[in-house]
Amino acid sequence: MTDSPSPVRLPASTLSSRRVPLANPSEQLARLEASTAGRATFLEMLRGAGWPDLTPARLEIFQVNLGKLCNMTCRHCHVDAGPDRSEAMMTRQTVDACLRALDQTPAHTVDITGGAPELHPEFRYLVEAARARNKHVIDRCNLSVLLLARNAGLAEWLADREVEIVASLPHYRQRNTDAQRGDGAFEKSIAALRVLNSAGYGLGKPGRVLSLMTNPAGAFLAPSQSDVEGEWKIALKRDFGVTFDRLLALNNMPISRFLEWLVDSGNLDSYMARLIDAFNPGAVAGVMCRNTISVSWDGRLYDCDFNQMLDLDAETDVGAMSIESFDFEQWQRRSVVTRAHCFGCTAGAGSSCGGSTA
Amino acid sequence: MSEHYYKPDHLKSFGAISEGAPELGKKFFEYYAAVFAAGALTEREKALIALAVAHTVQCPYCIDAYTTESLQKGADLEQMTEAVHVACAIRGGASLVHGMQMKEHAEKVGM
Repeated sequence: MTDSPSPVRLPASTLSSRRVPLANPSEQLARLEASTAGRATFLEMLRGAGWPDLTPARLEIFQVNLGKLCNMTCRHCHVDAGPDRSEAMMTRQTVDACLRALDQTPAHTVDITGGAPELHPEFRYLVEAARARNKHVIDRCNLSVLLLARNAGLAEWLADREVEIVASLPHYRQRNTDAQRGDGAFEKSIAALRVLNSAGYGLGKPGRVLSLMTNPAGAFLAPSQSDVEGEWKIALKRDFGVTFDRLLALNNMPISRFLEWLVDSGNLDSYMARLIDAFNPGAVAGVMCRNTISVSWDGRLYDCDFNQMLDLDAETDVGAMSIESFDFEQWQRRSVVTRAHCFGCTAGAGSSCGGSTA
Repeated sequence: MSEHYYKPDHLKSFGAISEGAPELGKKFFEYYAAVFAAGALTEREKALIALAVAHTVQCPYCIDAYTTESLQKGADLEQMTEAVHVACAIRGGASLVHGMQMKEHAEKVGM
């Protein structure tokens, strides 16, 4: 049932620039804790499902968050990224430390995110270095960044290096996309998808993989990606003449700007209850924190990008570890740090940077 | 006597209706779950039908529940609004088609 519906439209600006209390990760965690008081904790639910502890699986994904600078200010952004966040940018020195750490691991994929990673001066350097190591490279792209004059030709450059594009698109119709990503975002997204199609992406070719990532425009769970992928392909081809290879569905995490929207719209308690009630033991094995290392712009290490945004450093035997002091053996011996937001990854069909997990 | 006829919490505790007739409750909820499982119709198609019917039977519990369910099955506002219009058209049409009875009777008794 709806607890207090209100069509809240937050200002399109970062929490950081508005200096609101929720800009502080500890305030976000306190809100989540208060909202879920009286319910079993995530760890207790895990134990009930036969997981005494959340431990790493084989490390597959080396995820580098280059920084919080972005040309967009989406209402649901879990990074609190935006045009004003240029203070948070990874240095070349830290990129090189990432590459040295990568060489210690069996990770087959380098997953580059932000912010808009394509705005980062070291983006192309990192892509080249990862490809030189024969790693699969993912660019988490907001689409509109490809239309900036400075990025002319970037789609072809990425195609030449066989970089997979994982592009955010909430829906194949304008309303839901603009509601989440700002007015005009849908039109730009379609224009950028045409640029990608022209560069050979989204046409079923290996090495030119274009994945679309959808997350709900509101306080409900993501649909089953396999159920809706066909419909998306038909609609985008029919209405706009664009094609893509696969659809990934991701739940919204109750942190950062999406958390602010949940609070202001009166949806926080019901959304958290929805996530907890939809806890799916079958989604646990595939959660991303088990096969991913997440590096922040300043070289700190986390179990996932969400923990990174909540300042929940990964806990190893030697405490918090930086990329400069990375030790693969110690990394694999840690337990994943969990809090109430983790229910976002185990709800329904499960949710990860690679889509559903169940 | 309640102060309100509809309480949002009643939906969450719906299962408690089984207390007075456990066997019937068990059969109903098993049947209900089976109805909404994917079959010849998809789960989304069933959710949209339920949403339209909810508007016809004017059940506030069902409207909230199947709005969320339709969204979670990947439907959007356009599709859900069209579903409600289908319910509206059938309700309106059902009234209007009875007008044929009115018309026939008026013709019979009129000059």
